[in-house]
Amino acid sequence: MGTRRQFLKDLAGGAALIGSGALLPSPARAAQGTSVGPAALPAGTLETSFLEALPGKRPLIKRTYRPPNFETPLEVFDQIFTPNDAFFVRYHLPRIPEVAAADWKLEIGGDSVEKPFTLDLPSLQRDFEQVELAAVCQCSGNRRGLSDPHVAGVEWGIGAMGNARWKGVRLKDVLARAGPKKEALEVVFNGADHGSLDATPDFMKCIPIWKALDENTLLAWQMNGEPLPHWNGAPVRVVVPGWTATYWMKHVVSLQVVSQPFKNFWMSTAYRIPKGKFPVVDRFLSQETEVNTPITDMVVNSLLTSPREGQRFRPGQPVEVKGIAWDNGSGIRTVEVSADGGRSWQTAALDQDLGRFSFRGFRHAFKAGAKGEVAVLAKATNRMGASQAFELVFNPAGYHNNVVSRVTVRVG
Amino acid sequence: MTALIVLALLSSSPAYPDENRVQLKEGPARDLVLGRCAACHSQDYIPMNSPFLDRKGWEAEVNKMVKAFGAPMEPEEMARVVDYLATNYGKK
Repeated sequence: MGTRRQFLKDLAGGAALIGSGALLPSPARAAQGTSVGPAALPAGTLETSFLEALPGKRPLIKRTYRPPNFETPLEVFDQIFTPNDAFFVRYHLPRIPEVAAADWKLEIGGDSVEKPFTLDLPSLQRDFEQVELAAVCQCSGNRRGLSDPHVAGVEWGIGAMGNARWKGVRLKDVLARAGPKKEALEVVFNGADHGSLDATPDFMKCIPIWKALDENTLLAWQMNGEPLPHWNGAPVRVVVPGWTATYWMKHVVSLQVVSQPFKNFWMSTAYRIPKGKFPVVDRFLSQETEVNTPITDMVVNSLLTSPREGQRFRPGQPVEVKGIAWDNGSGIRTVEVSADGGRSWQTAALDQDLGRFSFRGFRHAFKAGAKGEVAVLAKATNRMGASQAFELVFNPAGYHNNVVSRVTVRVG
Repeated sequence: MTALIVLALLSSSPAYPDENRVQLKEGPARDLVLGRCAACHSQDYIPMNSPFLDRKGWEAEVNKMVKAFGAPMEPEEMARVVDYLATNYGKK
């Protein structure tokens, strides 16, 4: 065990080494395998991040043990669907009961339904149409650790996200059975997890009624053809395609349809973005204030999975550029790649369209030129015409970091 | 016998990663920090957020833990906790 730990510690050191400008030669990098994160993460994050496995998961990048916050390593994104055992884990509160499928009950109520009722899993699976869609689940704080200057919070690198096929029922079908009243404004979700102290606000979130009634918003009980892993919300979680994962309530046990704006720490204080800085498409009007608004839909973004940072090429050798792009569900229109640090751009080929909420693969190839360092960039544009940022749009919670992907390789 | 029981436990229950792998630095008020913070979260939350918060930044974090999350701390204890964090995990 000690040997393994030393090995993992060395990995963290390796990431820091890259940051100091001393690029590791490619054989060392190949042997090194998984890095605990980009070198731009806070030094204390790199020092305390290790590859560790939660029960039922493969080793992921541990950011915090309790509550568990574990990140998906870069190389997993070579696959367009993120395997369940590699899917990131994010919790706010430390008490996380394992909810057995046979014991699960969902309470549907609130002041804006005619007929409150309780649902169990067999009924969810039998009495409603079963649907499946591919969608990206991305933590609002993904890439927070790359904010400049750094901001407090879980210091995520690039892997607090994943793409899966979610199967379940439409939330609107379940709400319809309860008879929503016309004054229904929001739907409030609660999950089975809670804090250690009574004084800690329970993690509850809400979405506007129009988003709850969107045909793509689901109560999912399956992920990539398997029951949801415990750490991703078993037995049932909310799926809100296009919106950040804060609304994708895990282990959901309660849906309340309400006529007044729901207020708690998680809605009114946390998960807010300043008004006017980002292109918010889906406005959450009942929760807006003069100065800020809840984070809602994701900004257009991409991630380069090939080449890897520091990879070496001979002059003339083909360089395979690959990656993934995603957005708020408008769909990816183009991805452009630059093989010269952003001076010129070529249009990448897009892989199969797996649905507008899914990761979209892209690829491009070029020949390595003269000796030296080459910055490879990727920039996605969606069907609304929104593109990634070249400069970070700083905000206090480190959300919406969609600065163009950049990888530096060495020719020579 | 004890060894057998330990072995049985190890093989039957899923192994959780050991959060004590990350330990806070020695220093005055370390025990106080553990006593007031560790009920709700592992120690690694602190070094993860370093070394970029200055004293004001750590003060804001401790205030948030007390006011928003209900961490049980007297004002005098809050001052000692902030002092420990700023000294050991603060921006230099």
